[in-house]
Amino acid sequence: MNKLWLIIQREYLSRVKTKSFILTTLLGPFILGIFIVVVGLIFGYQSDETRDIVIIDEGNMLERKIKDTESFFFRFSDKTYTDIVAEKESKPFDAILVIPVLKEVADRKLVINYHSEDQLDIDGMLALQGIIGDKIRDYKIKELSLDSEQLDNLRTSITVNPEPLDPDDEEEGAAGATPITTVVGAIIGGFMGFVMYMIVFINGMMVMRSVMEEKTNRIVEVMISTVKPFQLMMGKLIGVGGVGLTQILVWAILIPLIVMGTNLFFGFDTGQAIDLSEASGELNTDDLEIMVAQVTAELRAVNWWLIVPCFVIFFLGGYLVYSSLFAAVGSAIGDDMAESQALTMPITIPVILALYIMFAAIRAPNSSLAVWSSIFPLFSPIVMPARLAFDPPAWQILLSIALLLATAWGAVWVSARIYRTGILMYGKKGSFKEIWKWIRAKQ
Amino acid sequence: MPILSIQNVTKRYQDHLAVDDVSFDMPRGTILGLLGPNGAGKTSLIRIITTITQADTGRILFDGEPLSTFHPGQIGYLPEERGLYKKMKVGEHLIYLARLKGLKHDEAKRRIDEWMERFAMTEWWDKKVDELSKGMQQKVQFVSTIVHDPKLIILDEPFSGLDPLNTKLIKEEIARLQQKGMSVIFSTHRMEQVEEICKDIVLINQGRKILTGSVAVVKETYKDNIFEIKFSGDLPAGISQLEQVVAVSEQSLTFRSEQVSDANSFMQNLMNQKVMITGFKEILPTLNEIFIKLVTTTHE
Repeated sequence: MNKLWLIIQREYLSRVKTKSFILTTLLGPFILGIFIVVVGLIFGYQSDETRDIVIIDEGNMLERKIKDTESFFFRFSDKTYTDIVAEKESKPFDAILVIPVLKEVADRKLVINYHSEDQLDIDGMLALQGIIGDKIRDYKIKELSLDSEQLDNLRTSITVNPEPLDPDDEEEGAAGATPITTVVGAIIGGFMGFVMYMIVFINGMMVMRSVMEEKTNRIVEVMISTVKPFQLMMGKLIGVGGVGLTQILVWAILIPLIVMGTNLFFGFDTGQAIDLSEASGELNTDDLEIMVAQVTAELRAVNWWLIVPCFVIFFLGGYLVYSSLFAAVGSAIGDDMAESQALTMPITIPVILALYIMFAAIRAPNSSLAVWSSIFPLFSPIVMPARLAFDPPAWQILLSIALLLATAWGAVWVSARIYRTGILMYGKKGSFKEIWKWIRAKQ
Repeated sequence: MPILSIQNVTKRYQDHLAVDDVSFDMPRGTILGLLGPNGAGKTSLIRIITTITQADTGRILFDGEPLSTFHPGQIGYLPEERGLYKKMKVGEHLIYLARLKGLKHDEAKRRIDEWMERFAMTEWWDKKVDELSKGMQQKVQFVSTIVHDPKLIILDEPFSGLDPLNTKLIKEEIARLQQKGMSVIFSTHRMEQVEEICKDIVLINQGRKILTGSVAVVKETYKDNIFEIKFSGDLPAGISQLEQVVAVSEQSLTFRSEQVSDANSFMQNLMNQKVMITGFKEILPTLNEIFIKLVTTTHE
């Protein structure tokens, strides 16, 4: 026990004391925040190209009225197509849009031609379809003498508001939930699932590299003449796991502080704005201050006392399952990183699959895919934390934890058997067949 | 009571027999040479003694008790394939290994300080291991092997990678430790070092023990009854044609003789013929020659 404790101490301290650990731990939340913003910007990126477009409206359906947009500047022309092209030098343009006459008002299809030397991108094409489509709709309304206001009234904006079956039931997760709850749940879920993926993966790889290093620089033979291979492996698993836990703990303190700090910095008065958010029940994206207040209120309403302990349990279980397998692989390969690919693949594939399932799970947290994946022990460490913000039934959480812990025990047992033989094998590459023999071998 | 008694130890790995029914006793306070070509089973046997692996059959007594997981604390093992944690500082590393051997922190520090002073490496304490040369790392490893005052020290090729100066230093330390009463197993295939250091040897080949005993007795047993005479001047004609003469060179003659008395008569005969004798000795085989002879015959 004393030896195990010494190993844990060394494994833990030798990592926590490094500059890179301190930097990644302190900067991690910022880097993740920047990452999320950058991803958001990339997905929200729209073409910044502007085009001058000459419209030939053959049936005068648009009545020479059309609004310019950020990307398109329109002008109408009565000249013929050839004349417009001939005058390009004096009156430059980027494209000519030819809108033919609509033969019947009831026609539901119209092909307009876009003449240009440049290819029209998808965003531009969709935007033009929208703009011209709206104008043609107005033309049809006028032709059919319909009342456009009445037509607009046909559209109703729907908000789905989650409510519990029993209105007095305050304990249930859906109580007091607003549409923002769902959005905030998805954000928390996605964030936790992603953090879990990173921590399990990074720490698992760390364990593998460390085992490989011990094997290649031959310290392992010195070590196991003093301690049992199982102690050495467990010491490493617990030590590196402690590093991961420390990181989670620091982030659990740091992130709320950053959020509070940001609120203060921007002068958001969250307390005052909460009533507004509850009254409207809809995410107010127009007013940043109210939106922040709404989200902050939702974050306060989330059951952190359930989520944080569960997150830690799922981290420990998932970490033990994966890192013990990584340790076993590390012991079987030695110094050849390229050789390791074949053996690490069966471990990395479930982790990556779990990440993708997690993204699906935050969109539909109660789908059968999400439910069963959050119970299946190879996926649950990443998928279940993502579902926690949506208050899954207790039996699912308990079953998932029970299965995960049983699997962790099994993974450690199998890995220990591979490890004790693997670390002493030099020159011999651990194939799957070889490893199977090691598992069954008597010591 | 021997410090170590190996009794009919056998170890089989999947498809080959690494140690095949090996038995020998190691007297307390001696330096025992464990010899054998590469792959003979030396390391397999050492791993059994250090409880890294277990024998399939047979028994090992350590200091009179059946070997158990309690004993590694009383053994100091310097493996042939040895390393250190590269990013750790030397002092911190030595304390870590000493504490794993059961020493308390302060005691470990005191002893390591002593050893570092003895090996003139006190200024290395705060250096990282990967800043040290290979020879310097070997010294650190040697200190870590003996810092807990083990009853039995097992050194597997301890001089590989050491310069002559450091080799001498470690040799002297081994001799000093033996005088203090420690028992040392010295595993190698470098025979000249064995002759220099060990009193007893065990020779292993293909997993089997093929020879054991003191270096002097072994040499006596495997001698070829060759004698050498040194002389000055010329030999009488016809001497070099004699059947028993093995070789003649400028100033020396070697010959075979079953009995020492016959060898004396041979020399007497030369003296009678006015040959000026300057030296006479029996040529004993080197351990290297015995080793090669035995290993090649067992291979055949």
